[in-house]
Amino acid sequence: MKKKALYASKIKRAAHLLFFRRHRKPGVKGWELRKRLGADYPKVLGILDSFLEKLDLQVKTVFEEEKPREKPSLEELDKARFYITLRGGITPKETKMMGWRIDDIAGLVITLSSIISKKGLAPRSEVEQLLRDKLPGWRVDINLNRYIKSGYIAEDENGQLYLDWRTRAEIDEGTLIKLLLGTED
Amino acid sequence: MASKKERTRRGRDELQRVIDMCKSVEERGLDPFLLNIEDIITIIREYFPEWELPEDLCLDAETVHHLASVIKMQSEWVRHRSTSLYTDPFLLEEKTRRLSREQLATIFLKSWHPIVELEQISPHSLTQAIQYWKELLPINERWQKTSYTETEMGFTSRKELINQKILSEQMFSEELEALWRELLQKVDETEKIKYWNFIGSSTFEESVRRAYLTSFLVTYGYATLEINRLEEEIFIKPHKKLVPLAGKKQVVSVPVPINFDDWIKWKEGRMN
Repeated sequence: MKKKALYASKIKRAAHLLFFRRHRKPGVKGWELRKRLGADYPKVLGILDSFLEKLDLQVKTVFEEEKPREKPSLEELDKARFYITLRGGITPKETKMMGWRIDDIAGLVITLSSIISKKGLAPRSEVEQLLRDKLPGWRVDINLNRYIKSGYIAEDENGQLYLDWRTRAEIDEGTLIKLLLGTED
Repeated sequence: MASKKERTRRGRDELQRVIDMCKSVEERGLDPFLLNIEDIITIIREYFPEWELPEDLCLDAETVHHLASVIKMQSEWVRHRSTSLYTDPFLLEEKTRRLSREQLATIFLKSWHPIVELEQISPHSLTQAIQYWKELLPINERWQKTSYTETEMGFTSRKELINQKILSEQMFSEELEALWRELLQKVDETEKIKYWNFIGSSTFEESVRRAYLTSFLVTYGYATLEINRLEEEIFIKPHKKLVPLAGKKQVVSVPVPINFDDWIKWKEGRMN
């Protein structure tokens, strides 16, 4: 009974930590969770995840480097960042309420797919050229800067675009590419 | 047959060209397989025996370093192609060109799992904010101009500045010149004098001051040091004329320790 109460309190604390933004970027680092919840925080997050499933939410783990093929080590988990994300998809109707125009989303897809297909690094000028195909010229720059500001992409000093933290947390890259190639035009 | 100089120049140009090519692949994300690694290795190998100067060897090392980066990019490229995420960029580009905005947005929404986050103010942060506000000074007090006291303008004399230790009684260059003249007078027929016999004075403080000035005499070219390492003796030899050291090939610094015990020993030796 005592153990159950302890875990209930830890789950509550984990939910507070993950739902409420504490830093400039959302999400909590593994080592921070270990400090606040104890060494068994992966177990606590597992229980929280099963609670959230009913609400179509999930605890998402984004590893610092590539996702480990086997069970991640404690060190890898400590360095990873944890978020609460939507488990399932979202309907186009719901997106309208989030302040995103359909043009913005389409532009983001073009940008992300171009970067992913080029091994995670694409020159900004090439992406701009692609976007100009469907967006008016004056919107291209605004949109790219918006994607950078939101954390979907980033730009290095050589004008190369790459995927940033939000894409790694929110987008299933494999599904995106599969769907793009599989959709009949 | 090209002369050695000509070959070296050509080799440098070749290596620089290779570095530029590698850099453009690294920085612009170009296909790393555009470079023929074997050809580049042949070039590096061909010119390697020519290099003698450190700069040329550095250039050679830099070329190898950039080449290694490109090879690393090639290996990453191969690894990426073998993963499930690899798609031909041209195929994907063609596909996205043909899809409508609506189709693209629908695809995105199927692979998008947005982060759920809330920003909420808590009673604790409200209390902290109120406390901060209470302690914050009004803006007219915070931005108050720095006050100052007006004093009448006046003149000061050189003597006053010397008293306040802003100026010394003698200009530094004057002091050096005086010491140099003293050195010229004190040297014997060998035209040199023992270091301690020159800097040593009745007080330790004055000896240190003279040692300090002597170091400038040597640095500026008024005198030189002669060191007898076997007998552990140091002599100072004045120059008749100022000899600037700037043009000399090798200039070395010689640390000469001055401590109280040495001064006592020198003083006792003189008395004996």
